[in-house]
Amino acid sequence: MTDLPTRSIDLKNVLSGSAPTADHSEGMSYLQSVPRRLVTLYLPLTIIVVVLLFPFYWMALTSVKPDEQLLDLDKYNPFWTWNPTFKHFHKLLFESYYPYWLWNTMYVAICATVLSIIASVFAAYAIVRLRYKGANLVGGLIFLAYLVPPSILFIPLATVVYQYGLFDSPLALILTYPTILIPFSTWLLMGYFKTIPFELEECALIDGASRWQILVKIVVPLAIPGLISAFIFCFTLCWNEFIYALTFLQSTSNKTVPVAIVNEFVDGDIYRWGSLMAGALAGSLPLVILYAFFVEHYVSAMTGAVKE
Amino acid sequence: MADVAIPRAKPQMTEAGAWAQLKHNRNWLGFWFMVPAMVFLIFFLAYPLGLGIWLSFTDTRIGRVGHFIAFENYEWLWDDSIFWLSVFNTLLYTFVASAIKFGIGLYLALLLNEHMPFKAMLRAMVLIPFIVPTVLSALAFWWIFDSQFSIISWSLKHLGLINQNINFLGDTTWARICVIFANIWRGVPFVAITLLAGLQTVSPSLYEAATLDGATRWQNFRYITYPLLTPIIAVVMTFSVLFTFTDFQLIWAMTRGGPVNATHLMATLSYQRAIIAGQLGEGAAISSAMIPFLLAAIMVSWFGLQRRKWQQGESND
Repeated sequence: MTDLPTRSIDLKNVLSGSAPTADHSEGMSYLQSVPRRLVTLYLPLTIIVVVLLFPFYWMALTSVKPDEQLLDLDKYNPFWTWNPTFKHFHKLLFESYYPYWLWNTMYVAICATVLSIIASVFAAYAIVRLRYKGANLVGGLIFLAYLVPPSILFIPLATVVYQYGLFDSPLALILTYPTILIPFSTWLLMGYFKTIPFELEECALIDGASRWQILVKIVVPLAIPGLISAFIFCFTLCWNEFIYALTFLQSTSNKTVPVAIVNEFVDGDIYRWGSLMAGALAGSLPLVILYAFFVEHYVSAMTGAVKE
Repeated sequence: MADVAIPRAKPQMTEAGAWAQLKHNRNWLGFWFMVPAMVFLIFFLAYPLGLGIWLSFTDTRIGRVGHFIAFENYEWLWDDSIFWLSVFNTLLYTFVASAIKFGIGLYLALLLNEHMPFKAMLRAMVLIPFIVPTVLSALAFWWIFDSQFSIISWSLKHLGLINQNINFLGDTTWARICVIFANIWRGVPFVAITLLAGLQTVSPSLYEAATLDGATRWQNFRYITYPLLTPIIAVVMTFSVLFTFTDFQLIWAMTRGGPVNATHLMATLSYQRAIIAGQLGEGAAISSAMIPFLLAAIMVSWFGLQRRKWQQGESND
């Protein structure tokens, strides 16, 4: 990759903004006056960011508003509340299956992610480093698999799941989610493995290490950042997955958070909004917290998959 | 760079038995390493993909094995106005949402590439809509677009722009606008952040040189940024188009295809026919009808990637 005319994408710097390129570009910003920057940069940026974040503000606000304020827009200013209540969260945690749903989602997401990462590490290593016959072809096929959307697979998969007797079991999701995750994480890890100098492996081979030892003791430890990226991104994809969970699960207590909220909370009750938004917020928070800790890994996963 | 890595481990194989060969031969070893991934992809991806196409030629229902009926499902769909409406909706949804996502995404990427305080925090915040599960943010939009208690209607009324609440998700045109808006809202961060990663690879000295030669900001963009960004744009937009085209969850959470099928996409229609109505064969025919469109998108991606390699002079590895 060193021979690229353009600099290869320095993913870690995308978010931190500390790329060397960014430092140089400051040299030209004096050409712009402050008022001009206000109009061409800060104003549009503020508008976009406000629009992007408003639904979350609204979600959070709705989930702590008392019911009467939710429905009476004339007496109370809808944009703020002075007496927040945790009634909706209380209802969610103690009067519904929400804790089960949260646990199901977490359980399925972690199992599917771990399975996929293990399979992907082997596959990516074999494609990039063993370079067996047809490795390039297999790499291309895996990329194609990434492009097969769940929306065209869920009908036949439903019959398959039924035949294997997995219907309404979390195992159905644990086994089908890897079809979404493996192509993505294999592709991502291939990119990472390529950056590990093969001289290291040659030295190990000369010293008598087996392929297994090389993988476990050299390649995997060096690819930890890539593994973290793949793990976080896969976990997010699992958490986000909807159509398989909607199709393969039936009983209320087995559902995952996204499916359960759409199906179980949406009834005719006019006072549902508070608990609905509380549920949506509680279902999003784990991912947002995870994201806050691993922003850089997250971005490198996202751009890495596109880059290759 | 990869060609150098090939010669290795040859001497061990000369006196090796069958077992040792299985352990050391590059091809066999590669095979063993591929097994876990392949098992998943063959049983739960390749097989269902074929099965789906087969199902579309049968009259399978839930709980009943189907018979081969050739193209009957497709003939049925050909005369089905709801199916054609869903095709129209899907194309409209995909093209409008993708075009606007690209426009705003590129603009946002250019803005975020500038120097400013709190840059890192801003960039991190921009990505949040992409992380939160689609269904959950779609529910927030459902509430924002509520017919009675919509905050948008309320604000517009208090600004004196409208007198009546807008029936956002009950009116066909408004419902389409709302789901497209929600899709754009969710897709912009992805486009913006990936394009931003591309923008940061463009060397600033190019802009400095061009500015010295008297180039305007627009010329800087048109003749430096845009050509250097084209390859990554091609890839990002293919992904965006692909995932918008096969979208399911956003629609299902917001409108379930209503009002009067105005927001039914092919994916939601196939779910409704196959799982809710139990007509697995017909549903499979609808989802198989998406494949040609997807193939077209993948071809674009493929040629985009080829062109990128050619532009960057990268060896084919």
